[in-house]
Amino acid sequence: MPKVIKTKTEFEGRVLEEYVVVEGEGLTAWDAQAPLKFVGKKIPRIDGPERATGKAAYTFDVQLPGMLYGKILRSPHPHARIKNINTQRAETLPGVRAVLCYKNTPKISFRRQTFIFDEIVRYVGDEVACVIADDEEIAQDALELIEVEYEILPFVLDPEEALQPNAPKLYPDGNLLGGQPEVYQRGNLEQGFAQADVVIERTFRTQCALHNCMEPHGSVALWEGDSLTVWDSTQHIFGVREGLARLLGLPLHKVRVIKKYMGGGFGSKNNLGKYTVIAALAARMTGRPVKIVLDRHEENLATGNRPASIQRLKIGAKRDGALTALELKAIIAAGAYCLWPPSVGGPARELYACPNLKTEQYTVFTNTGPLSAFRAPGYVEGTFALESLMDELAKELGMDPLELRLKNYTEIDQTTGRPYSTKGLREAYERGAKLFGWPRRPEPQGQLRRGVGMASQIWSGNGMPPAYALVKINPDGTATVITGTQDIGTGTKTVLAQIAAEELGFPIEKISVEIGDTQMGLYAPLSAGSMTVASVGPAVRMAAHEARQQLLDVAAQVLEAPRESLTITDGLLSSPALQKPVAVHEVLKNLENFMIIGRGAREPNPEDVTVNTFGAQFAEVTVDTETGEVKVERIVAVHDSGRVINPLTLSSQIEGGIIQGLGYALFEQRVVDRNTGVVVNDNLENYKVPTALDIPEIVFEMVERPDPRANNLGAKGVGEPPIIPTAAAIANAVADALGVRIYELPLTREKILKALQH
Amino acid sequence: MATEAVRPRRRKITVRGPGKTLIKLIVNGETHEVLVEPRRTLLDALRKDLGLTGAKKACDEGTCGACTVLVDGKPIYACMALAIECDGKSIETIEGLAQNGKLHPIQQAFVEEDALQCGFCTPGQIMSVKALLDENPTPTLEDVKRAVSGNLCRCGAYPKIFKAALRAAKLLHQGS
Ligand code: FES
Ligand code: FES
Repeated sequence: MPKVIKTKTEFEGRVLEEYVVVEGEGLTAWDAQAPLKFVGKKIPRIDGPERATGKAAYTFDVQLPGMLYGKILRSPHPHARIKNINTQRAETLPGVRAVLCYKNTPKISFRRQTFIFDEIVRYVGDEVACVIADDEEIAQDALELIEVEYEILPFVLDPEEALQPNAPKLYPDGNLLGGQPEVYQRGNLEQGFAQADVVIERTFRTQCALHNCMEPHGSVALWEGDSLTVWDSTQHIFGVREGLARLLGLPLHKVRVIKKYMGGGFGSKNNLGKYTVIAALAARMTGRPVKIVLDRHEENLATGNRPASIQRLKIGAKRDGALTALELKAIIAAGAYCLWPPSVGGPARELYACPNLKTEQYTVFTNTGPLSAFRAPGYVEGTFALESLMDELAKELGMDPLELRLKNYTEIDQTTGRPYSTKGLREAYERGAKLFGWPRRPEPQGQLRRGVGMASQIWSGNGMPPAYALVKINPDGTATVITGTQDIGTGTKTVLAQIAAEELGFPIEKISVEIGDTQMGLYAPLSAGSMTVASVGPAVRMAAHEARQQLLDVAAQVLEAPRESLTITDGLLSSPALQKPVAVHEVLKNLENFMIIGRGAREPNPEDVTVNTFGAQFAEVTVDTETGEVKVERIVAVHDSGRVINPLTLSSQIEGGIIQGLGYALFEQRVVDRNTGVVVNDNLENYKVPTALDIPEIVFEMVERPDPRANNLGAKGVGEPPIIPTAAAIANAVADALGVRIYELPLTREKILKALQH
Repeated sequence: MATEAVRPRRRKITVRGPGKTLIKLIVNGETHEVLVEPRRTLLDALRKDLGLTGAKKACDEGTCGACTVLVDGKPIYACMALAIECDGKSIETIEGLAQNGKLHPIQQAFVEEDALQCGFCTPGQIMSVKALLDENPTPTLEDVKRAVSGNLCRCGAYPKIFKAALRAAKLLHQGS
């Protein structure tokens, strides 16, 4: 019988408490020594061939008969009121089928107190109107024919200015999200600083970074009667379904959301987008399917970013390195809208044992493109500041940076007082140091200076209920895994197939995985927070387990062998009671179309321990003192994410995270013109992401410590952990090379050369 | 390397348009006649007119390489060429690589080495590697890096792409 219980889940640095329904019997996690056939093996992606042949149809590739295309008109002003829109000329252009704006669409509220088509625009790039036409070129032409009369309003771009009492306001109740800072405290801060032998205080600044996933955001909407089908490039098909149903006033079962393949999201596709709602409205208006995909410039204006932060961080420690107090005041530039502020104080609160601590976060609205989650939101920024300051403290105390970190190591979650289920950070430090050759002091050099640095990582990655799966065994001896999750490029499909093959005792070729369609009805949470495998994987294992039990029940009767004597390996049933092994399809073939259906649900999270991921990275850089160029020579990474299901796809995620972290450390930065609010590098020409020529040597290992408390797999997430410490480790290495520290990311040549002048 | 643009023929300048104009594209060995507006890019002609969506559009302005195809054996950004410029030319796209349901060795190497994550940049990466290996069957790591330096991969599959290209070179060697 289902039980309703309350469970705690950490998602991207925030603890949620929610009711969940627990069903089924829990399976215990595989033993660390269990001989497993598929889990833990380097298995190439089962959908690799589709992707490598161009056959995989992404949302961007969906083309339906009679499909129309939409293009969005965006605000050229950072803050304005739309006085009037004249769409007449655009509408008469041949091939234009509709023009949508606030005048002819229902007033649908979206994000806070705003609307799908709002009469106020709050950043350069905000949605004003949308042209629907036979082809994209026509829609583009028509955009230029729309006449908009704006009343220009005063604007504010800088978050510190936006906090001033006389600053232009984005919302009637002011520019500070929630009207007050988010405050966390423990212990007694003043006492903590009074006890310290050394106190250091610094201000760190991090830039606004843009996701630039290769597949732009976009949707295709199709109405069949009063049923809506949407193909969407999203990290959460069920979230999009819920949002569309709510905004359009439809019952859930009338909305179907499909996402088969996706070209990257990195957090920017966590939520329902305006373009999706607009596509649905336009498709209803025109009676034809409508596709809206954003172009690269829109991607860089309107689909989110890792927001800039200003972090004032103060740390106090005893002579022996023990931390006595830590205080963080962080200001985050949310941009014009904000659904989920990043938790910049997370690393400060959790990483080290520190009894007296306060974090205070101001999330501030500005007239710039809105933030969204970006791979480990808040933690990348917070780790840069914290781990930079730890290095300064080590220098001040004359300690080795790693030794200082070990001195403040904690087995207890500092925010809840609960122990960690498992924590492999000490091992990660030790193995990383060994692989790297820490503490090797680089030789003093001439024009090229070498430096080394390291940093630590903490992140949740624990997964959560609810998540459901079915495993069907088909009459031909194949099996199908069905769940409502999505593969956002991480290899989810493959990992789920491995889990099912392991539990069923089937060859992996006999397993197919159906995901990415709400119509299959099995809820799975969003693919974010490094929690897909840890949420959905256990449900799949449970479903496979149940299917296997049913198969054994049936086989025992068909084969007339004692049930307990039967085993399944490689899709063959064996028993001492049988002359020779019998294939599964042989058992099922005389049962007509009898089908075995196993059902699985994610178990609740443990209440008495904290489930976390950990890691350490070490960086070696050379800095050219003539040009200011930083070259990252080598990154050594050791992470603890519990059991590794697929070392091959996992290694890709680790490398990818490090490479994104490298871009963030050295050159990625959105630049907004102070006078106009225009993003001057809203393209891949001027917004620099790492290329093939920027790639350092990457060496990594996993601690591989299955966490039996985490879930029935012992696995935790790995999507976000690798990006978290990279920029901090690189910044520490650069400070080591230069002998002075730069407190602001990215570490551009200009900043390096300036630092060298001092 | 991947960025070399197709130049319009110098000898005679043909005036095209306004309105749609008929061109002939030889794609993966098959001849197609298509009516396109002169402003139609080769990429849109492939994707929209021929339904070949393997070449991806991630920027449409020559800055990412997701649209890389081979025109007369040379890698180009298909978003930076007009379809009319390619009239009569031979175009190779990702769809032409696998033969009789069997992956091309480069594709096989990409899958085996896991040189793809989301896979959106992958067709472009593979075509750039194809162009490299067609010209230089025994490339060094540096050659590979240069060959794909015009193909962005936001997932950061680069280390595996390098490995896959080198492995593909070996596979092709063994095959021949
Ligand atoms: S789509 Fe052609 S280079 Fe980006
Ligand atoms: S695999 Fe995702 S962009 Fe390259």
